[in-house]
Order: sequence, then C-alpha cells, then structure tokens
Amino acid sequence: MTRPRGLALGVVVVAALAAVPRVARTDAELNFLFLVLLSTTLAQSWNIVAGYAGQVNLGHAAFFGLGALTTRTLWIGGTPVLLAMGAGALVATAFALLIGVVAFRLRGAYFAIGTLALGEILRITVGNLLAEISTLPAATIASYRLADRYYLALALAVATLGVVGALGRSRAGLGMQAIREDEAAAEASGVNALGLKLLALASSTALAGLAGGLFAYYHISYYPSHPFGAHWTFDALLITFVGGVGTFHGPVLGAIFYVVLKEYLAVRWVDFHLLIFGALFIGIVLLLPGGLVEAAARLRALAGRRAP
Amino acid sequence: MTAFVQQMVLGLLIGGLYGLAAAGLSLVFGVLKVLNVAHGQLIMLGGYGAFWLGALAGFDPFAALTLVIPGALAFGAVLYWTLFAWVVRASEETRVKNSLLIGFGLALALDALAVRLWTADERSITTSYAGAVVSVGGIAIPLVRLASLVLAGALIGGVHLLLLRTRWGRAIRATAEDWEAALLTGIDVRRAYLLAFAIGTALAGAAGTLVSVGYSVSPSIGLEWTLKALVVVVLAGLGSMPGTFVGGLVLGLAEAAAAWGFGGPYREMVGLVLFFVVLVARPQGLFAR
Repeated sequence: MTRPRGLALGVVVVAALAAVPRVARTDAELNFLFLVLLSTTLAQSWNIVAGYAGQVNLGHAAFFGLGALTTRTLWIGGTPVLLAMGAGALVATAFALLIGVVAFRLRGAYFAIGTLALGEILRITVGNLLAEISTLPAATIASYRLADRYYLALALAVATLGVVGALGRSRAGLGMQAIREDEAAAEASGVNALGLKLLALASSTALAGLAGGLFAYYHISYYPSHPFGAHWTFDALLITFVGGVGTFHGPVLGAIFYVVLKEYLAVRWVDFHLLIFGALFIGIVLLLPGGLVEAAARLRALAGRRAP
Repeated sequence: MTAFVQQMVLGLLIGGLYGLAAAGLSLVFGVLKVLNVAHGQLIMLGGYGAFWLGALAGFDPFAALTLVIPGALAFGAVLYWTLFAWVVRASEETRVKNSLLIGFGLALALDALAVRLWTADERSITTSYAGAVVSVGGIAIPLVRLASLVLAGALIGGVHLLLLRTRWGRAIRATAEDWEAALLTGIDVRRAYLLAFAIGTALAGAAGTLVSVGYSVSPSIGLEWTLKALVVVVLAGLGSMPGTFVGGLVLGLAEAAAAWGFGGPYREMVGLVLFFVVLVARPQGLFAR
C-alpha cells in the first residue's frame, strides 16, 4: 500500500473506532475492541525491540507489570490517571535501562533466556511482597465508565503505531534493523549498536509501561503479580510473529486475529486458542517467517499476476 | 540445627531430579545446538504418562519407568523428525533462535493440550509405600524421594557410559565437538542428532515419572522445570553428564538454604538470580567451551 493511501485508510479506521462508543449497544463490543487495542499496543511495543532491533526480549511482561503496579498505586492514591500512567512508563523505562546495560552483554538466545529469568524474578518478588488482591475503591467502581478506558486504549494504540511508523523510516530505525541482520557488520559501518539497542529497549518498555497502566486503569480487581506473568510476553510474541515480525502492519493483523480467535473459541473451549496459536506459530516459524503480512503480500502478487 | 539439616537433605533429594531434568536439555543443546524450551513440557508429559499408567493399568510408578522411557524415546524421535530436523539445517545462530521459537510454540500447545485432556488439577502418585521414611539421627528421609535420587544418578551414569563407551556415543560426542569434522570422518551426523534428541526426551520422561511420584504434576509445571533445567545447565556447563548431576544437587541445596534463610517463597528466586549472575559474568554463558 502506498503511504498516502495507507495513512488515509488509517484515519478512516481510527475515526470509525472513535465513533463506536456512541453506537455500541452493549459493553461487549467495547470490551472486545479494548482487548484488540491493548493487544496491538503490547505486541507492537515488543516488536520494536524484538522485530526491528532483533533482540528477543522474553521479559517484556516485567515492564508491563511495572507500569501497571506504579499506575495503580498512584491512581488509587489520588493522582490523575494520565499522570500516573506517565509515571508508570518512567519506572518501566528506568528499570529497562538499568537492566539493559547488563543484559545486552548477552547475545541471541542467552539474551532471551536471561530476560525470561529476570521477568520471573520480578513476578515472584511482587507475588511475595503483594499477595493481596488489588480491587478498586467502591466510589471508583460506581463512577466507572468503560468508554473512558476505550478512548485511552485507542489513543495509546494510535500513538504506538505512530512511534513505530516514524521509527521504521528514521536513521535510528534503519540502524536497529542493521543490528538485527548482523551486529558486527552494523558496528563496522559506524552504527552505535549498544546505544541503539538501549534506545529500542527504552521506547519499547515505555510503551509497555503505558499499556500496563491502561490495564491497571481498566481492570476492577486483579492480583498485583498478574500483569508480571510470562503469558503477557508470550501473547506479544505470538501476535507479532503470527502477524509478521519486524513489520508495521504485522502486530495489528496479529492482534485482531488473536483476539477474535481467543474470544470466539473461549465461548466453547477455554484456552483452546493457545493450542491453535501454538501450532500456527510453529508453522509460521518453519514455513512462513513473514507471517500474515507476507501471506497477504504473496496473495496480492498472485492476484496481480492473474488480473490483466 | 536439625531443621536446617532436614531442609538441606530435602534439597539434596530434589536436586537429583533437577540434575536429571537438566541432563536431557544439556545433551540436546550440546549436540544439536538447539535450545528446546519445551523440555519442561516433555517432563510434564512423562509425569502424566506414569500417572495414567498407574491410575488405569495399576502400574507401580518405578515399574512404569520401563514403559515411559521407551515411549519417550519414540516420542522424541517423532518430535525430531517433524520439527527439529527442519531447524538443524540452518546456520548455528539461526538454529538457536528458531529452536527457541519452535520450542516456545510447542510448549504453549502442549500446555493447552494437557489442560484439555487432563484438566488443570495437580496429580501425584500415591503408592502403598508413599509414607515410608528412613530416620537417621532425627532427620527424616522419605524413601520414595531417596529412591528417586538414586535412580536419577543411575540414569545419568548410564547415559554417561553410553556416550563414553559405545560407538553411537562416540558419534554423538564427535558431532557435539565439531559436526563438520564429524561429517568428514564419515559419521552420520543426522543420526547422531536424532539419537541425542531421543535420549534427551527419554531423560525428560524419566524425570517426569520421578516428579509425579515424589512430588506432583499439573499442566502448568512445564515452564518452571524448563527454568530449573536451564539454571543447572548454566551452572554446570555443557558436555559433562556427571557435572550436570552435581549442578542439580547444588541448585537443590542452594534453594533449600534460601528457603531456610529467607522463607519458602524465596526458594524459586535463588536459582534465577544465580542463573542471571552467572550468565552475565560470562557473557557467552558457561555454555561456551
């Protein structure tokens, strides 16, 4: 798709999504779209560090969790929610930079399992220290408006896509992709590898922190260690890979597909979507490394050849 | 003091299983250069295999090992042919990354499958001798767990001898050392890969059986056991089966010490922290020779 056409289509879709709360008859539609938007944000944020910069971060949930924990604590304490979310993003990013300097000494699979261990350390610590379930105060529940959460999710998803879109074309973004392809070669041609990897991690985790904040704002009650669970990382990874890793559209397509499948199948079989997605994921890694985006491109090429 | 010693003894007993869990992962990683993060799920499947053999056919769990191990060997061979044989064709760097992703997809699918088939309940095998305890100077040693430790050591020793003494074992070791050189000397590298993967899966199956008798299995134990095995592999390094066993015992003792010093919830932390520190202190891991 050409850039102006893509942008125009994007504007139309966002405008349509913004109108949904006015026409939706039940909360079900809004909740469904909220999940799509949250998943898009989470997957796209993971895509920055893993897809563009090629660093498979399996500790992504830690940053989502830190954002959620900070936002929830401040917001229930009386801070305006947007400010609290900003603080959550700040905490997540600060932790990421602290960890990143150490973790980026690891390469490839070692980085992946090292970050997985870090995420689990954080989850267990939070679970130990904050074992009580976190529930919103009655007054907040009484004035709870789903549309507020929905608009915030829409804004955050648009902002995330904006960041990734800008990054993909920028000098820094190209540097990240060069690191992904061959770190030594990139450094030899003047790319500051550590600096760019830290930049990728910082922007990725800031967005994950904001997504965590949104989760904290949305959910009435949950265990504080829940947003730290490794399954948040796994969701982001699955969505990104099935959609198309390292692409702009991939995580969006993946998120829609994932949530539709999950919600549709959950009616009949709990967790069955994970079986399908696991199998699909293996197939994509082996046979179609470009995911749905590549499949769409191939279909379009095929259709183009057929049409005169 | 007695309480401390008691904790450490229990830590040592589960440490044997950590060693056994890690042995299979270490063998596969060392030979195929493939990191199978679904290793914990293979342990989980082994545990269910033993559980159902007991529940449906009345097998004693230790006798069930004689069926679980060949079953796991065959299952490992099938997994290798259908999934990992594709991965080993790639260059070494892509190999590790792709295997990580495939193992991850496999883990997810097996977790979901286990929940569907057997529900999320925790299961453990209770035998007539389950409560039997040997008492030494006020320290209670559960007999089943002691037997598990001995069996774990015996199995690891058996694989060690297999690798050291037999023709196939030599082929596997040569492939681990340098597969291109091995290929040039006429070793069937693909067969060495297949064998190593099948043996690794069999070790996982055996570990699962012992977990289901001394402890318990549920569909969600996979990730936990993969992490334990990874910690041990990082601590012990690749290439030595007895070393891996000792690494498992060390992790068991370290966990027990942490639980005694800081309380039970911190048991899980110590291994992960150790793991991260070792990994970062030696950026290529203790993996690298």
